[in-house]
Amino acid sequence: MEATLLKALNEERAARRAALVITDLASGAQRLVREAGIDEETDAGHLRQILLSGKSRTEATDNGERFIEVHLPAAKFVIIGAVHISQALAPMAMATGFDVTVIDPRTAFATPERFAGINLIADWPEDVLPGVGLDRWCAFAAVTHDPKIDDAALAAALKAECFYVGALGSRKTHAKRLERLSALGIGADMQARIHAPIGLDIGAQSPSEIAVAVLAEAIAALRGRESKREARG
Amino acid sequence: MSMSSAESSQNDILAIAQSWLGEGRDVALATVIETWGSAPRPVGSHLVIDSGGAFMGSVSGGCVEGAVVTEAVDVIGSGKSKVLEFGVADETAWQVGLSCGGRIRVYVEKVS
Repeated sequence: MEATLLKALNEERAARRAALVITDLASGAQRLVREAGIDEETDAGHLRQILLSGKSRTEATDNGERFIEVHLPAAKFVIIGAVHISQALAPMAMATGFDVTVIDPRTAFATPERFAGINLIADWPEDVLPGVGLDRWCAFAAVTHDPKIDDAALAAALKAECFYVGALGSRKTHAKRLERLSALGIGADMQARIHAPIGLDIGAQSPSEIAVAVLAEAIAALRGRESKREARG
Repeated sequence: MSMSSAESSQNDILAIAQSWLGEGRDVALATVIETWGSAPRPVGSHLVIDSGGAFMGSVSGGCVEGAVVTEAVDVIGSGKSKVLEFGVADETAWQVGLSCGGRIRVYVEKVS
């Protein structure tokens, strides 16, 4: 590997941008493919699929074997609301490899006792989200039910193009939420990206089961498999 | 360099490779490129090695690192990358091999 390629790769990683390194195993020839430049590749669809899978692999080509190394930024999961669902969702998301942050300004909810071992911030989302750094490799769930806490954060997550944006609440609640988001300047295209009612339709009842449904929906979005969400009441 | 916690400090082998180069050390990088069976480290795992045999990271659970480091020092000398294969099914098993029964291929290249 050339030192310049290593440096360029580390720059992409530090900036939380996805990239591939493609190595011809016979010749040692190597190149960096940035995600932004993937469409210029002749096999762009194939490479994008490998990128989204997150799995490096060796494959045979007409010109011999090549190794494709995938570099994805570590996915974050930002949860607004230190509620019962979050107490299950946060550790489960950590177990599946997410860097998890829970944010809730209500100090009665955001206590270390309720969230042992979790990165917990007892403050208003709009004040602390710039420091947390929402981006495309970030999953986001707003679960407080309180517009004062959820709305601005939800708007920020949509603007930051978080790969998954979920919001708790019934269809009725969500319809009212969309009206408020419109007032905040969030257009229909962005609104359509919100997963609401939140979570895969697995008939979840308990807070832990809802957490499973939310996490599964976020993983499906991460791996490029947007789930078919059926109409629910 | 700012990295997420999962990739930070001693686990960020590519950042270490860059910093070793910056110190003027001769460096090789070993990467798991293929695995079969119950290999201990996944494809994409890295080991960085310098010409003195110092190394960081892992390509197995400690079973074959010694052999990879020896080969890597050769690669630093020759500048020519190579693919190594380890497993219980081949003759090297009596010297170094994976006790877990898995098989791995490791690409070793000089960084310069």
